[in-house]
Amino acid sequence: MTVKIGVLALQGAVSEHIKALKDSGAETIAVKDASQLEELDGLVLPGGESTTMRRLMDKYGLFDAIKIFAKKKAIFGTCAGLILMAKEIEGRKGPHLGLLDIDVKRNAFGSQVDSFESDLKIDHVAESFDGVFIRAPYIKKVGPGVEILSTYNQHIVACRQGRFLACAFHPELTGDTRFHEYFVKITKENK
Amino acid sequence: MAEKGTNLVKRGMAEMQKGGVIMDVVNAEQAKIAEEAGATAVMALERVPSDIRKAGGVARMADPAIVEAVQNAVSIPVMAKARIGHIIEARVLESMKVDYIDESEVLTPADDVYHIDKKAFTIPFVCGCRDLGEAARRIGEGAAMLRTKGEPGTGNIVEAVRHMRLVNNQVNKVLGMSPEEIMVFAKELGAPYDVLLEIKKSGRLPVVNFAAGGVATPADAALMMELGADGVFVGSGVFKSENPAKFAKAIVEATTYYKDYPRIAELSKGLGEPMKGIDMSILQPAEHMQERGI
Repeated sequence: MTVKIGVLALQGAVSEHIKALKDSGAETIAVKDASQLEELDGLVLPGGESTTMRRLMDKYGLFDAIKIFAKKKAIFGTCAGLILMAKEIEGRKGPHLGLLDIDVKRNAFGSQVDSFESDLKIDHVAESFDGVFIRAPYIKKVGPGVEILSTYNQHIVACRQGRFLACAFHPELTGDTRFHEYFVKITKENK
Repeated sequence: MAEKGTNLVKRGMAEMQKGGVIMDVVNAEQAKIAEEAGATAVMALERVPSDIRKAGGVARMADPAIVEAVQNAVSIPVMAKARIGHIIEARVLESMKVDYIDESEVLTPADDVYHIDKKAFTIPFVCGCRDLGEAARRIGEGAAMLRTKGEPGTGNIVEAVRHMRLVNNQVNKVLGMSPEEIMVFAKELGAPYDVLLEIKKSGRLPVVNFAAGGVATPADAALMMELGADGVFVGSGVFKSENPAKFAKAIVEATTYYKDYPRIAELSKGLGEPMKGIDMSILQPAEHMQERGI
């Protein structure tokens, strides 16, 4: 069974996700309009600037469309995508999509000079994975239905809640497709 | 162990800006307008390029108080400009934890021979280029992001178009070349051979390349995306227009939906007078910022 996974293409690291998904055996498209969601089994919310993406989502009807899409379909958010999916965001009134029962802190490790790479262990995915953290958030705490997949210095940096997957780092920049393969598997199971 | 300032982290930061618009701002209020409009980053500086042109004299790194005020005003990344070759301005900006440094020909060069050794820094740099030779030299020095030089502060897109087309044309040439042909091309361009080999191997420039220098309308931004830019810098265009908030939003949307022409028509309506602009034939050769730092 093949699955078709879209990448929200308003802004950010879209082409890297498309390549990683293709290399993981999924069909894929860049999503700029709400009508494109109909044909999809899953969606990736890429890294980029969450405020920019949110503004464009609101303006072009994608915000409500993705909320409806999320009622049945799988979604994977990286970095800014994780922030869009969180139920609580430190310093912000109210969530964006509010799909994942997690509290997040934006730019949690500092500014760009504090951005870093570190080796990570990710449950179900890899004993060793190159975690690329760029002005990254982390997850302060998770609700009861959320499985923690990876931590860095006691901070939660990847999690799964049913058909929703999220991480604070950028697997799409590494050329290592194991995390994307895991999302393709989740999408297949959910189909 | 965590490692900071790696190539992947520096170049990756620029990848996250793709499809976005980076706006020049001179104070906290403008920075907030830019963020609200959907800018992916702001460039904090003392004067926008068209005012630098008017003022004349020596243009330097912005007053750190301006940079700090902008940093405190927004949560999106803040970039700032250092003079070409001015190692200390760059170190000062790095110490202030700005997110990216633009080693920029918009400011008066501090060194007319050497650029900064950008590999020695943890903070990433963006640099301007007019052709693949300049692009590859800047990458060789450690730049993690490129932009066209265009001709800043003119509101005239022609130079940015020329530079984007030339770089992409030369990248395509490299892709069709054998290693021995690449060596001769590297000699002609004055480009580091290993950077050209990296392009051949990966099929693209190893860093993102934004448009900059002359973007004055939403259609200009869309044109640069159509020509292969990864995103857009808007310098004087936004805050020299009649209605900056509306104009900024229109540029952001035109950049994302650059192939959606009815939409660009719609969002270009009633934007008011854009910045006046300067025809290239009127600029004296000494007024060409793009000739600086090559």
